Amino acid sequence: MRLHEYQSKDVFSKYQIPTPKGRLASTPEEAKLIAEELNTAVVLKAQVLVGGRGKAGGIRLVKSPGEAGEEASRILGAQIKEIPVRRLLVEEAVNIQQEIYLGMTIDRETGNILLISSAEGGVDIEEIARVSPEKIVKININPMLGLQDFQGRFLATEIEIPRDLWRVFVSICRNLYDAFRDLDATLAEINPLVITTDNHLTALDGKIILDDNALFRHPDYIDKRDISAETPEEIEAQKFGLAYIKLDGNIGCLVNGAGLAMATMDIIQHKGGKPANFLDIGGGASSEKVAAALRIILADPQVDTVLINIFGGITRCDEVANGIKLALNTLKTDLPFIVRLAGTHEDEGRRILADANLETVESLQEAAEKAVKLSLEPVS
Amino acid sequence: MSILINGSTRLVVQGITGSEGAFHARKMLAYGTSIVAGVTPGKGGEWVLDGKIPVFDSVKSSVEVTGANTSVIFAPARFAADAILEAADAGIRLIVCVTEGIPVKEMMTVKHVIQEKNVCLIGPNSPGLISPDDAIVGIIPGSITMKGNVGVISRSGTLTYEVVHALKQAGIGTSTCVGIGGDPIVGTNFSEILSHFEADSQTDFVVMIGEIGGREEENAAGFIAESMTKPVIGFIAGQAAPPNKRMGHAGAIVEGGVGNAESKITALQSAGVQIARYPEEIPELIETL
Repeated sequence: MRLHEYQSKDVFSKYQIPTPKGRLASTPEEAKLIAEELNTAVVLKAQVLVGGRGKAGGIRLVKSPGEAGEEASRILGAQIKEIPVRRLLVEEAVNIQQEIYLGMTIDRETGNILLISSAEGGVDIEEIARVSPEKIVKININPMLGLQDFQGRFLATEIEIPRDLWRVFVSICRNLYDAFRDLDATLAEINPLVITTDNHLTALDGKIILDDNALFRHPDYIDKRDISAETPEEIEAQKFGLAYIKLDGNIGCLVNGAGLAMATMDIIQHKGGKPANFLDIGGGASSEKVAAALRIILADPQVDTVLINIFGGITRCDEVANGIKLALNTLKTDLPFIVRLAGTHEDEGRRILADANLETVESLQEAAEKAVKLSLEPVS
Repeated sequence: MSILINGSTRLVVQGITGSEGAFHARKMLAYGTSIVAGVTPGKGGEWVLDGKIPVFDSVKSSVEVTGANTSVIFAPARFAADAILEAADAGIRLIVCVTEGIPVKEMMTVKHVIQEKNVCLIGPNSPGLISPDDAIVGIIPGSITMKGNVGVISRSGTLTYEVVHALKQAGIGTSTCVGIGGDPIVGTNFSEILSHFEADSQTDFVVMIGEIGGREEENAAGFIAESMTKPVIGFIAGQAAPPNKRMGHAGAIVEGGVGNAESKITALQSAGVQIARYPEEIPELIETL
């Protein structure tokens, strides 16, 4: 689960990481009021969970409370990459001397935490990592020992932070590490961590991603999940515990298992077709879940062919077949279905589908070839 | 011989009284796996699977009484990391964790402990292993495989079934099939399993099934180039997937351009691995070798 900038900054404040003064506004009047309170030039920042806010006009520097109100009413009414802006962070403007990158993530191979930093932070950090990897410093933290101060000092010297800021920098590293551990984060980054012209460190922007598998330990955040960046189909899919990602092709796919779902998309593409979606019903899906999955696929107007590929292990083919039947009882559709069932209870599954006048095929290759052929035929 | 599991495997099932644990324990037993014990804290003293298998309160007591040397875990996600640590503490050297959804924080601890104790952990979020005709440890259906000379390693579940099934349809058997698990942190990586297959006299070819994300396949490519003499056939799922939903800058900085299907395929090909474009092409490639 990804936190908003304002939520990340709330975390930073709680962990004594300095941030610019500011508050959240959801109306132009509130934005104006906050600007009056701050009594200085302010920055309005749209709170949406997509990248490239600045370039899309979602970040504005304004000089007066009146201007803050006007700009706020413009941004609050707008959409950024099709997502409506509902909230703004109104913050005091900061004079920047240098932008630093400071981030933490998990090292999959060692089970350690990687602390990453660069003297050249800001929006182009990924480009810097690609072009000049030597400008990125990484430190491995053993979670059994925790972050040690000398590691923070090492980082400070490597990225050449002025000596008088070492102590604050090390404490920011330590506090970010504590927040990362306490919140079960998989990513915590401050980008940029700014050295101001009056020589202070402050977290100008932040991003935190929490481990979805650990949200049971953080019930406060479950209610705060922002779904405005997700499509209605994706929200519906989550409700049923389905993993669904919409793509731009015309062959709707329903598969059990993420790896097999990807392999099914691959073979469709290899045979010259285009998958309309990634959809993994998971292991041991009930017929209700299968029916919900099918409804989501059929709601996509681009879909003109449906390919169902099930390799039963925990999942039972008869349960899937019943789900298909259930969905087709309520949804009227003329679209062609290609169903491939293999594994646990495959014969029962085929029998159920034969009763519903649906043909099944033996192999994945055959299923993909048929689906692609049908999907390329002109719609009559 | 197969790798990791064989006729001398003595298996303890952690979570044997839960619905999944009970269901799969029955299947493993029916296949001929030597299950010697089950563990569910609070249910010690019971007998399950038609009175054939004793249940213990702890892994330690099950090892003392039955001489169990391998464990498979079906415990729910919140308790599974504890179950792994318990098995490691009881002296089990091969632990297979089927459970999905264990928080990363717990897995960081587990990873450090198993390295320190030199325990082989397969998973979590793994379908387990099968050495056809000898043993199933996990949930791979026995009927889709047959005994043979191809070792199979995979990060995925049902895609693995698809591949071993396609091999069987083509008359090609498996020495051992290992699902290393799909979670960000897993106990054992591709390279370690590859080295087992390299040393195994029953295995003549290895099939490696990877998928997009992480650096696991790129690392394995390095190992294959340096240490494998046996031919390796690879398949990478996710060639048609759109660019990953991004995990913030830190992920991109760490992985620095690796992780997509193209990078993995290029790395494996330059290590001499033949790449299949879809699962059913794997047996065709083996037949040409």
